[in-house]
Amino acid sequence: MTNGREQILGSIRKSLKRGPVTEARASELRAKLEAHRRNVIPQRAAGLDPAAQVELFIRMAEGVQASVARVKSAAEVPGAVADYLAEKNLPSKLVMTPDPRLDGMPWADRPLLEIRRGRAEDGDLTGITACGAGVAETGTLVLTSGPESPTRNNFLPDHHLVVMRRDQVVASYEDAFDRLRARSKETGGEWIPPRTVNFITGPSRTADIEQKIELGAHGPRRLHIILIDEA
Amino acid sequence: MRATSHAFKANAHEALVDATLQRALGVMKSGFQVRRAEAIAKLPEFEALREAGKAIKNHTLENLDFYLEAFEAKVAARGGQVHWCRTPAEARDKVLGICQRLGARTVTKGKSMIAEEIALNDFLEANQIVPVETDLGEYIIQLRHEPPSHIIAPAVHLVKEQVADTFRASHKQLDPARPLADARTLCDEARGVLRQKFLRADVGITGANFLIAETGSSVIVTNEGNGDLTQTLTKAHIVLASLEKVVPTLEDAATILRLLARSATGQEFSTYTTVSTGPRRPEDTDGPGEYHVVLLDNGRSAMLGTEFQDMLRCIRCAACLNHCPVYAAVGGHAYGWVYPGPMGSVLTPTLIGIEEAGHLPNASTFCGRCESVCPMKIPLPKMMRHWREREFEQKLSPAPYRAGLSLWAFLARRPALYHALTGIATRVLGAVGRRRGRFRTLPLASGWTNVRDMPAPEGRSFQSLWAERQRGAQR
Repeated sequence: MTNGREQILGSIRKSLKRGPVTEARASELRAKLEAHRRNVIPQRAAGLDPAAQVELFIRMAEGVQASVARVKSAAEVPGAVADYLAEKNLPSKLVMTPDPRLDGMPWADRPLLEIRRGRAEDGDLTGITACGAGVAETGTLVLTSGPESPTRNNFLPDHHLVVMRRDQVVASYEDAFDRLRARSKETGGEWIPPRTVNFITGPSRTADIEQKIELGAHGPRRLHIILIDEA
Repeated sequence: MRATSHAFKANAHEALVDATLQRALGVMKSGFQVRRAEAIAKLPEFEALREAGKAIKNHTLENLDFYLEAFEAKVAARGGQVHWCRTPAEARDKVLGICQRLGARTVTKGKSMIAEEIALNDFLEANQIVPVETDLGEYIIQLRHEPPSHIIAPAVHLVKEQVADTFRASHKQLDPARPLADARTLCDEARGVLRQKFLRADVGITGANFLIAETGSSVIVTNEGNGDLTQTLTKAHIVLASLEKVVPTLEDAATILRLLARSATGQEFSTYTTVSTGPRRPEDTDGPGEYHVVLLDNGRSAMLGTEFQDMLRCIRCAACLNHCPVYAAVGGHAYGWVYPGPMGSVLTPTLIGIEEAGHLPNASTFCGRCESVCPMKIPLPKMMRHWREREFEQKLSPAPYRAGLSLWAFLARRPALYHALTGIATRVLGAVGRRRGRFRTLPLASGWTNVRDMPAPEGRSFQSLWAERQRGAQR
């Protein structure tokens, strides 16, 4: 399709009444891409201290029908999971992403929990995943794909449980991008985003029938966030 | 889809007397407008974000060739492919080629206006590939063989009873006696049916809200999660996008994302915003094996540098549709093609020609609400006026209209004559209509008076009152 490509680029340049961008201009624009400067950042979250950002995150997430359970330490996560399943009258079964961040939790304390590590499949009612960050501005979770966190686990189960540490809460989407970029900077070189980055704000919903909001359109019907308060 | 924009007047007449449609449109007004206003009131930076968003898009358009090439290089570096397509036919062929090479029989689709623009579904079906729309609204209208009537709420013209009838007629495998009385039950039925389609599809096609030059990523925004299942569970992810979707960085996308959901549905943020970069990585256990971006021009590169360039800032939020009194009265189908409402009235003549779509830029009262709510500050009324001028210059408008305009222009250039004649007309109409205060019928104006009364003038024109006031102020 070189032909189509050249014709489209040519047509753009003709309309803009210029030739290809000059080398000087191109290096300016490349520098702009590398700088990825921030634009307007709402003060709603950015103006708060970290503790208030966590409170805002919870308020915003609950405002979009997610539920939040706070626990003191990672050791209490299995209990919080069991509580959720009991409260919702769900079978004591879940699919867990093969994630080192979850492996370290004392699941053996809850021998009745039947846990399968791996990819979610059709029919999995409850799934649990870790997350990369939480954005206080809108109560948004940031989940990244990888061998330890298949994307489908965020969408197939009816109940999506997400474990988040309080120090994962950031103010803005831009802060979340910086955290993602920092992770790859440790390895050096160019930043390559994970194949998929999911920004998730509440459970799946639709208003396509008479504008009435119904939860659980195609993705999870419920989104439950377990927030670990220790840093 | 075959355009019926030339028949806008007849379409609109039908729509106005369609009681079910009017019921559906009535729900719309209270929903979108109120929710948008509430969401914006909660964000003091909204105006500043609009200016920033507009500046990002203007900068990108001025350097569009650079950013598209930068995007393409990054897509290639991540193992994906960009396909440059000048026309809908080239884009359709490209999609079909990928599907055939992979031996695809079923493709799932997220909502994509570009897919509508290139009429992809009909083409795939004609080539023995089954396209399955997965956005609930799109799925409903696909079953009904209808085009979308709204760019973000494609089934907004329907009421739930119609959806129930459609599901009963289409889901023959289910118990015919099942209850389908409310939105909840209808959603659950669609969820069950479509879940199986997601799991069995070979290729997933989505649109794109943004293409990111910095990383070679595409971004989709949905509430249902259908776009994510579409692109995650299949062998290949095909992204359909037009040229102007590219922005420089993720930070730039974040700025515009803050405008998008608030302007569209009045949400603070849509449920799912997903950034996708290339195919699955070797170590990944899921994700699509191939990643293709079908990049469509279809006349957009020629809009640059013209009076219509600003239209390329459009982010398809539908705020202009949701606030348009004409759209609210006649719905989206009357516009006769893919893009309805004010944004469609500007864009449609560019894409299918002013000869076919000349009525659309005339279907506006120029009340200006579209421009005032547009997050990208696109001067929609001004551009509709440009189309009217072109239509006039090309002598496409009807003869009585042209004659009337010529007469008016003659008078408008002669202020003394204009004032004398309008003064007489005002006094005569005022005297004749004094008793009732209004006219039920008027010669040459039956199109107006058939559906409403014309108020009788109260004697004096604004200009004469103004002149008198100025004289009073000088004294």
